[in-house]
Amino acid sequence: MTVRERLYRTEAVILRRQDFGEADRLLTLYTPGLGKTRVLAKGVRKPTSRKAGHVELFTHSRLLVAKGKSLDIVTQAETTNSFLPLRDELGRASCAFYVAELVDRFTEEGEENRRLFDILLNALFWLGDSEDTALVLRFFELRLLDYVGYRPQLSRCVRCAQPVETDAALFNSAEGGVLCLRCGKGERGCRDASPQVLATLCYLQSNDYEQCRRLKIDRRAHFELEGILRRYITYLLERGLKSVDFMDTIRREEAEAVSPGREPAGTASS
Amino acid sequence: MRSVPRSVERLIEELNRLPGIGPKTASRLTFYLLRSPQEQVQALARAIGEMHEMVVTCSVCFNIAETSPCPICDDSQRDRTMLCVVEEPLDVLAIERIRQYDGLYHVLHGAISPIEGMGPEDLKIAELVERLGKNPVEEVILATNPSLEGESTAMYVSRQLATLGIRVTRLAQGLPMGGDLEYADEVTLTRALEGRREI
Repeated sequence: MTVRERLYRTEAVILRRQDFGEADRLLTLYTPGLGKTRVLAKGVRKPTSRKAGHVELFTHSRLLVAKGKSLDIVTQAETTNSFLPLRDELGRASCAFYVAELVDRFTEEGEENRRLFDILLNALFWLGDSEDTALVLRFFELRLLDYVGYRPQLSRCVRCAQPVETDAALFNSAEGGVLCLRCGKGERGCRDASPQVLATLCYLQSNDYEQCRRLKIDRRAHFELEGILRRYITYLLERGLKSVDFMDTIRREEAEAVSPGREPAGTASS
Repeated sequence: MRSVPRSVERLIEELNRLPGIGPKTASRLTFYLLRSPQEQVQALARAIGEMHEMVVTCSVCFNIAETSPCPICDDSQRDRTMLCVVEEPLDVLAIERIRQYDGLYHVLHGAISPIEGMGPEDLKIAELVERLGKNPVEEVILATNPSLEGESTAMYVSRQLATLGIRVTRLAQGLPMGGDLEYADEVTLTRALEGRREI
């Protein structure tokens, strides 16, 4: 048996947690060096726990972890950023749940992916900060798909590789990108992508957030963008996400509170 | 090859399913029971068996009880103008223990956590709104846990109650008794500072 360090240090975002035993919690972390990993935080359900507040959901913390026989155990924790705005507004919190569920579902334990860690951290920050959380989500979805190997091909037809004219193209989840009209006409599972939406998707995919955040996207376009990406993600995961329902519920209620009786936009499920 | 009789092995397996009990503890408990007087073991077996037959969920507050409505909902001495909303039946116990509150309860049976598959529709929130519509109170105290899930639940419930015109309060948040400022996280400290009061 090789001698190994008994303790290791890592930063992490807490993605999920489940109660475990008397007063412990099983945490699912996303870390830069270890990817997704599960550790045990002992005693954190007691009010006097020193660690409890530092291993709250969606906090970015520095952890000292002891290697255990089956599960590693958190011995020290210190918050780097607790993303307070996510805790004060239900709408923003529901988006954070979605982001966490996406990362959880698209990753396997122990697969390092530093870019994904960085975009997760940024997304949590932007979600607390941005006026247009839907834009943050679309940007995050596209980056995540890219980093886990499902980058949708948007500028060339996935079949004939000809550049598609942005005024006429179809999005096909099964093929992972757009089809030109010649290849996609009459194909099953294709959806029209309007020129504006296709251009926006391309822009989000190829520019950094600082540029993308200046985009002004109207409700109709947002609705369509969300529909395309949501259908693609549902196709890849072969299942809908629970946090999507929650996000829709919250948004529908907020829309109703603003304009009672009006049909809320952007709440259709895929 | 079997080293212990089948019936003993079965009990070990059953005990092993319980939270916090591993194979070693399960074996130890089993051999303790094997050596205990017959009556004591029978009493334990009866208690376990009867629990599921006797226990029901109160149709008013959704707490666990042997009658429905439960003794608390049925108690005419209790303050019917206050309603305390909690996540789990054990939370009712915790609040009852301090003997400072004599209002009614409502148990949600969980907190919103979409990533674990718990949405608002899986909790007794619609039932709460319906209950308050029929029997209004003066104050609703949201006593869900001070975690992100509990906070989200509290925010969600308060939104559902907004139209009823009832005063909705949230349990205070701050430093725990016997705690240490040095180890407090920034959320707790921020809340503690916001909720400071004159002494």
